[in-house]
Amino acid sequence: MSNLHELYGRRGRIITDQDAQEISRVEELAYDLKICQVMTSQVKSVPPNISISNVLEILRLGRISGVPVIADGALRGILSIEDIVRAMEKNELGAPVSAYMSREVVSVNGYDPVVKALETFSEYRLGRLPVVDEHHQLVGIITKGDITRGILTALQKDYKEEELRRYRASHLFDDITSDRTSLILRYNIRARDYLNGGQASSYIKRALLRLGASPQLARQCGIAIYESEMNLIIHSDHGGTLRVQIEPHRILMQTTDDGPGIADLTKALTPGWSTATQDVRDMGFGAGMGLVNIRRCVDKMELDSAPGKGTRLLMEILLRPEDRFKEPADPEATL
Amino acid sequence: MNTKELAKLINGDILTPEIPLNREIKGGCGADLMSDVLASIKPEAVLLTGLCNIQVVRTAQMADVRAIVFVRGKMPQPETIELATREQIPLVTSPFGMFELCGRLYMAGLHSFETPLPNQDENVQSA
Repeated sequence: MSNLHELYGRRGRIITDQDAQEISRVEELAYDLKICQVMTSQVKSVPPNISISNVLEILRLGRISGVPVIADGALRGILSIEDIVRAMEKNELGAPVSAYMSREVVSVNGYDPVVKALETFSEYRLGRLPVVDEHHQLVGIITKGDITRGILTALQKDYKEEELRRYRASHLFDDITSDRTSLILRYNIRARDYLNGGQASSYIKRALLRLGASPQLARQCGIAIYESEMNLIIHSDHGGTLRVQIEPHRILMQTTDDGPGIADLTKALTPGWSTATQDVRDMGFGAGMGLVNIRRCVDKMELDSAPGKGTRLLMEILLRPEDRFKEPADPEATL
Repeated sequence: MNTKELAKLINGDILTPEIPLNREIKGGCGADLMSDVLASIKPEAVLLTGLCNIQVVRTAQMADVRAIVFVRGKMPQPETIELATREQIPLVTSPFGMFELCGRLYMAGLHSFETPLPNQDENVQSA
């Protein structure tokens, strides 16, 4: 993660979660993308016996700063502007390419990840690298510009849709003016539906991230709502409902069911106490930690239940100023 | 280390070939009770577990787990693999038991990402 430290030092500020996510995505792409996916494959090359002045013309026309030298299909060297300058100094522009080309060519393999090219660039302080296949045949050339373009294209392709959704959603509170805006999500949860258990929580967590919630906030809500969703699945007679109310300054989550209700609320809130059956315990639940976990994740928890009447669990998370969803500027304030 | 390096250390088989394995794993947590996982695991850890059902993946998703390792060569059901693939959480199965796995990973420099309970003596748990 040395990049993170570098960035920290360079910009002199703390990396936010958003930054960290973006950095790691770019890092990931540097590993995911193959050199052959981002390189320029239609490469101009020259034979070793033509004159340097000819190459100068090729570079000028192609607006490039160097060309690979190929003989019998194999890469023999590379002739760059620096080499041409050396020839110019000696007034030898008529000399063959082979007299001035760099023979010790560092190349990369097309199937290597892009990160390999980046490492090679910094190791040898080079601006361009020929790309070869497994038979050492030249297949392309790669520059830092190619990598930037390749990563940007991939980022765009991968994330356009999600980003667009996230962008639209994150402006929701900003774009709508009312005295009190809230977004309410409701899910019906079926009793004993273990296969789909957690799906609603998963949707809620994703919705929060799209609305611009920080990863910590989404995780905190996700854990609380997942535990309460599992409680409905495991304990309720006929399932129940899950309701999440998102407001700019707080998140209110609530589960409601119509039975069987909790006989002893104090016991229910005791760590390790559970009425779950062995089947449920075998699935990894019913350890008697659910409500304890929920209480840890939220600012306020209210459990309201009586046998035969059902249960209502209310959870409230107050958002810290930096976590609040953006609201439109108060029109009164400008008057 | 990343998931690929981790799988190598524990003779693991990758069960989700479509997911990239290069995300950094910052610590580890071993548990068979999902509430324990939700209560204690820090984000970006690997979860070692003997449970194979779909709820393991849901739990991992809620807790921002980076990879799941099934102990003793356990194989999850197809729907578990399907959900993990959809949610981009790599699954690995290893022939070793929980103790051996924790030991191997700890020796390789992966530290505990299990937070102690707030009411517990910190000296007991924090390494």
